[in-house]
Amino acid sequence: MEIRTIKAETITNTVEKLFKDLNYNIGDDISEALCDAQKNEESPVGKAVIAQLLENNKIAAEEEIPICQDTGMAVLFVEYGERVVIDGNFKEAIEEGVRRAYVGGYLRKSVVADPVFDRINTKDNTPAIIYTDIVEGDKIKILAGCKGFGSENMSQIKMLTPSAGIDGVKQFILDAVEYAGPNPCPPIVVGVGIGGTFEKAAQLAKKATLRPINTKNEDPRYAKLEDELIEEINKMGFGPAGLGGNTTAIGVNVETYPTHIAGMPVAVNICCHAARHKEAVI
Amino acid sequence: MITKKDDGKIKITLPLTDDDIKELHAGDSVLISGSLITGRDAAHKRLYELIEEGKELPVDIKGEVIYYVGPAPAKPGHAVGPAGPTSSYRMDKYSPILLDLGLKGMIGKGARTQPVIDAIVRNKGIYFAAIGGAAALISRSIKSSEVLAYEDLGTEAIYRFVIEDFPAVVAVDSFGNDVYKFGAEKYRK
Repeated sequence: MEIRTIKAETITNTVEKLFKDLNYNIGDDISEALCDAQKNEESPVGKAVIAQLLENNKIAAEEEIPICQDTGMAVLFVEYGERVVIDGNFKEAIEEGVRRAYVGGYLRKSVVADPVFDRINTKDNTPAIIYTDIVEGDKIKILAGCKGFGSENMSQIKMLTPSAGIDGVKQFILDAVEYAGPNPCPPIVVGVGIGGTFEKAAQLAKKATLRPINTKNEDPRYAKLEDELIEEINKMGFGPAGLGGNTTAIGVNVETYPTHIAGMPVAVNICCHAARHKEAVI
Repeated sequence: MITKKDDGKIKITLPLTDDDIKELHAGDSVLISGSLITGRDAAHKRLYELIEEGKELPVDIKGEVIYYVGPAPAKPGHAVGPAGPTSSYRMDKYSPILLDLGLKGMIGKGARTQPVIDAIVRNKGIYFAAIGGAAALISRSIKSSEVLAYEDLGTEAIYRFVIEDFPAVVAVDSFGNDVYKFGAEKYRK
């Protein structure tokens, strides 16, 4: 079996580029959805808000400044090829990339070292949240995202049980979005994780927010659920910026995983319209 | 001072008087100019603790408008970095007492709880919503920024901003009307 060596510096450089890029340049999926929403939005105020968001995203890209001041915590899903060896420390290589992006890229440092007592800023936005999967192959694939906490704070998880069925799943997701209301910077992207364990469902929901919104779940039953949910959410009336309108969500992504005979966990990770993510393969 | 423009937008020059505030209604689109202070979670917590201890505040909040924001760092040549609003409800614990002590207005995003709305009515105050996530665009209307207090808090310090034509919407007016309630009701199906 052939082993491939990747330099730690290559990982650092890739991570640095990803976080600068995703903070300055919104994805085409979001831009297209906002353009469509502007045409279909019934509220004049809502239309004006979407126009401001499109203008905002253009300014950010042109001036290479963050789309939103909340440049989030850095989240990375790494698929690590089992034939890769790194000439250095994997975790530190990633942290250094995050550090360089946030310090050198004029991104806000929003991480505090202790969650309850001191809450002192780490001043370089580390540590990052890193999920690593060991996969076949000799490459490293990095999916990077940053998510503001205005929407993160509106996220929920519930340990539903099998008798709740699809209706129970839908109701919980819609209740979470209703509860979030105008706060998570609508129009939102809703990431849903169903199945697995308590923490697996939450992780799936996070990953769902990083999936382009112009894609569908491969299982037609869940693709239908995505369509039904966005339709219901857009009847809620919150609209752009929560000021009223028919564009409350621009995307609903559902991800699933096998689960236990006794359980049906559902996690709802709500993301603002600035659903920032990019990926790279080394 | 308030002037109405032909396109329906209302221009506001800070500071706001009681007469100005009476003219503003929830749902109005406004462009705000003048000088305001900033503050978010950590600064509010410190101000609140000083008030509880009966101590003097490091900033005179009388007649001021406070903007809930933690800006990103400024690139060279920029007055501030991207600086959109943060969620206001996290300040709800602290806002009523600040309004009672003379704070005139707030700019943030998202709904407020009833005690804040009651304090707005009681004190003839006002709450504006800026557009969450329009941080790069909003930063163009911020002309200068200087630290007033709590420099150690970095992005969460209290700054003085001078703004020009800062785009916002009246979210809760001095009569207690709340755009987050009637806005969504109008489009709910």
